[in-house]
Amino acid sequence: MLVEAGHFALALALGLSLIQFVVPLWGARSNDPVLMAVAPTTALAVLGCIAFAFFALTVAYVTSDFSVLNVVENSHSTKPMIYKISGVWGNHEGSMLLWVLILALFGGVVALAKSSVPARLQANTLAVQAAITIAFLLFILTTSNPFTRVIPAPAEGQDLNPLLQDPGLAIHPPLLYIGYVGFSISFAFACAALIDGRIDAVWARIVRPWTLGAWAFLTLGIAMGSYWAYYELGWGGWWFWDPVENASLMPWLAGTALMHSTVVMEKRDALKVWTILLAILTFSLSLLGTFLVRSGVLTSVHSFAVDPARGSFILGILIIFIGGSLALFAWRAPMLRQGGLFAPVSREGALVLNNLFLATACATVFVGTLYPLALEVMTGEKISVGAPFFNATFLPLIVPLLLLLPLGQTLAWKRGNLLGTAQRLYAVFGIVLLATMALLAFRHGGPVAAPLGIGLGVYLVLGSLNEIVTRSWSKEKGLSMAWRKAAGLPRSTWGTFIAHAGVGLTVIGIAATAWGVEGLGSLKVGESLRAGAYEARLERVTPRVEANYREDVAVLTVLRDGREMGTLETMKRLYVTRGMPTTEAGIMTIGLGQVYASVGEMQPDGSVGIRLYHKPLVLLIWIGSVVMALGGGISLTDRRLRIGAPARAKAAPVAAVPAE
Amino acid sequence: MVIWIILLVMTALAVMAVLWPLSRHRAIAVQVDPDTQFYREQIAEIERDLKRGALMPAEAEAAKAEAGRRLLRATGTHSGETAAVGEPALRRRRAVSAFALSAIPILALAVYGAYGSPHLLTHPPTAQVRQQTEQLDLMRAVAQIESHLAQNPQDGRGWEVVAPVYIRMGRLDDAAKAYEAAIRHLGPEPDRLANYGEVLVLAKNGLVSAEAQAAFEQAVKLDRTSPKARYYLARAAEQDGQVEKAKAGYSELLAMSPADAPWTAVVRQELTRLGAPVPEPQPALAGQGGAPQIGAEDIARMVSGLASRLEAQGGTAEEWVRLMRSYAVLGQRDKAIEAAKRARQALAQDEKALETIDTMARELKLTDAQP
Repeated sequence: MLVEAGHFALALALGLSLIQFVVPLWGARSNDPVLMAVAPTTALAVLGCIAFAFFALTVAYVTSDFSVLNVVENSHSTKPMIYKISGVWGNHEGSMLLWVLILALFGGVVALAKSSVPARLQANTLAVQAAITIAFLLFILTTSNPFTRVIPAPAEGQDLNPLLQDPGLAIHPPLLYIGYVGFSISFAFACAALIDGRIDAVWARIVRPWTLGAWAFLTLGIAMGSYWAYYELGWGGWWFWDPVENASLMPWLAGTALMHSTVVMEKRDALKVWTILLAILTFSLSLLGTFLVRSGVLTSVHSFAVDPARGSFILGILIIFIGGSLALFAWRAPMLRQGGLFAPVSREGALVLNNLFLATACATVFVGTLYPLALEVMTGEKISVGAPFFNATFLPLIVPLLLLLPLGQTLAWKRGNLLGTAQRLYAVFGIVLLATMALLAFRHGGPVAAPLGIGLGVYLVLGSLNEIVTRSWSKEKGLSMAWRKAAGLPRSTWGTFIAHAGVGLTVIGIAATAWGVEGLGSLKVGESLRAGAYEARLERVTPRVEANYREDVAVLTVLRDGREMGTLETMKRLYVTRGMPTTEAGIMTIGLGQVYASVGEMQPDGSVGIRLYHKPLVLLIWIGSVVMALGGGISLTDRRLRIGAPARAKAAPVAAVPAE
Repeated sequence: MVIWIILLVMTALAVMAVLWPLSRHRAIAVQVDPDTQFYREQIAEIERDLKRGALMPAEAEAAKAEAGRRLLRATGTHSGETAAVGEPALRRRRAVSAFALSAIPILALAVYGAYGSPHLLTHPPTAQVRQQTEQLDLMRAVAQIESHLAQNPQDGRGWEVVAPVYIRMGRLDDAAKAYEAAIRHLGPEPDRLANYGEVLVLAKNGLVSAEAQAAFEQAVKLDRTSPKARYYLARAAEQDGQVEKAKAGYSELLAMSPADAPWTAVVRQELTRLGAPVPEPQPALAGQGGAPQIGAEDIARMVSGLASRLEAQGGTAEEWVRLMRSYAVLGQRDKAIEAAKRARQALAQDEKALETIDTMARELKLTDAQP
């Protein structure tokens, strides 16, 4: 009964979205505030309907209502409760429902932000948002309906894909979706600005928190997905340049560029057209990601059931929204007023450079991801574009960007002084050079890339810290005064520092992977295996039976220089219902590094294949990402009105402190 | 009925969300132009920063000049007129109200009607809950059997028990594997082979595969009266396009089945569908007319086979009941009474089974079997 009511609520949401699309646009055109006021209440009603539908589906999962096909296909009555709940979005239909729920949630927040968003912009934005909602609701209702019933109900469900029976499923998709869908708000604001033909610093101020928030969540979502793949797939890798990963990296790169260009627009009223284009492209790439992952073009754990009808439907959505918004852009953008001018050497100039690098890097990933697919469609030839391609193309673009990052952060708005900026970074350069030399000497014989990469990371952390130091430290006033001054700096400055330091930490973590060591062997009980300084001894192999799987557990003792560090458990599981085996890696965290063991084949003679890795500093990859997102969050809390104060041309370089 | 009211209320609320702001036109105050306000606040912010010392006076000056320029520009562009009053506004409002009142319910009902299952709205929830608790018990039992079988995979009896449960749960591949294991460990028996074949057919959505056909043929070889095997073999012939062979197969099956056998109705239907003459129901033992006749010896052999199997391995209440009925039909009343007694002993643990047996005993007037 509740299921049917939920289904009906979804149908109601479709009708309401239609109103939310048509009426506010009409109101904005005829300048009628009453019609425009329909937008917020309708958006809230849509949110209510979709939230109710999602609730109904969740209840069906929790109570194992096997009269719902979606529950039968993806749940099992013996599954632990957390996976019953996370299983709601652990499948195609449910995850699309989560997608529109988040879409409606964002619409609802825009609707409630009455005081900060002008009514006209709000009406147009919510109308564009409603168009997206309509498309996805139609997609759900016609091709991926989670409320389809099976009568008579089977006695038991088919269980969730074992790879997805993990706490990661409870976290990764919602974070990622908040990121993806958050960019839909930037997109809707951009389209609204184009429809209205007006764009200015007010617009940038309104869009900035949405972009920042979406970016922070997307960062967390990608990092979480990466960590999940790292421990669940049992290969010890954290990034595979897999098309599915690239599908989320592309909007992230474009979104990073958007976030920076919005700052320029808000402070200096410049880069308007480019920012609008970036907002459109970022969401377009999110949609493209959805298409790649869900249409069955790619095969992965994310594809779920593949159905050609769904692929063509998403392709249709893609064409309408990307084509439509780009057409709108081509039509209206020339009518927008161009922004202010600035010298090439300035904060703005550096941010333009940042945008160029990021956009090019994004294009590289785009080519590397889509070219093999296009080639396969055209000629049927299968090629694999993997790490070598991206190392050769992506890295040369990202490394200069990272090298420029602290410089740009230190430059003043409007006109900067490159020499003065570089001077202020001298100390940082010196420390980094020393650190790199020390590391080279200390790790003599190791791969050269590692110390250099770590040097780059340290340079990023210190370079961004430099901004804080130079703005608060002065010789005469002493440490306590500097501390007070630093605490008084705007939160967005702190956010910038923290996010950039996060980038540095991630770079250190990535660079350190070059020091990772690996051992591979077939062990009998009592035998041991070595990976670098660490050794693992196989203690025993025991079978274990749980509610919905059974497993063989290999228990290993980890030793370093003969000293016991603790035990690790790595398992080979068989999920009974699907008859599907999985491998669970055993991980021991030592400082920021990890010892990672993964069990392989069990031989009839009782020996067990074990792979053992030692990965120094590997946790920094994800800690860095979390720090990045944290920086975004801190910056988000800064709701001051900002304007870029230019430094006077004649002022001494030392005084050219950028204002926030 | 309640649910329809709920749906109605939901629809009404949805329409209200649109109509409510339309009725509130007086409450909407003329908004301060947001742009000019923004720049005014920005200038105030610069003043504050200057006082706090976050900005140098020169910088503040420059910033203020820029904000002032933008403020001037913003005030120039704003039209300031709204069209909230007057006849056209009223007409627009009416049009939107009519649109919302019609579009939302019609669209929702049309979409729900096309994709929903409104007939399930009145599904009694209590039955569902009861079914679920039963399911949970079943699940626990299955999990136990599974772990038992994981440790003793050579327990053919266990495989045979779990197979029909798998069928009920819709795990047909597992059921087929279970029967296969049962055949491997307990040896081929006509019933077992026929059940195995049937699962293969179910797993293929009704198609009798070569593998299934082989199982049925072996079952018929071991017991040429096996009704299930004969039925599916006839169906296989039909699927292969050999309609005559199928007809003959069904007729034979009908001829050798007792008149009250549960499957005769199905077989008759198949025959009618294929357009073959359907023989009139006949007394099971008469054995006249049908092509290959089953002699009394055949029947006696079947019955004694069943009896000895039940003696040796035990069986379900249904099987015992079948044996009782067979004896009764053969006129061997004392043997029927004996079978009822044995059944009660064999199934003493099972309340439900005892009830079934008692019912049958009463039906067959084997009142001596009552304790």
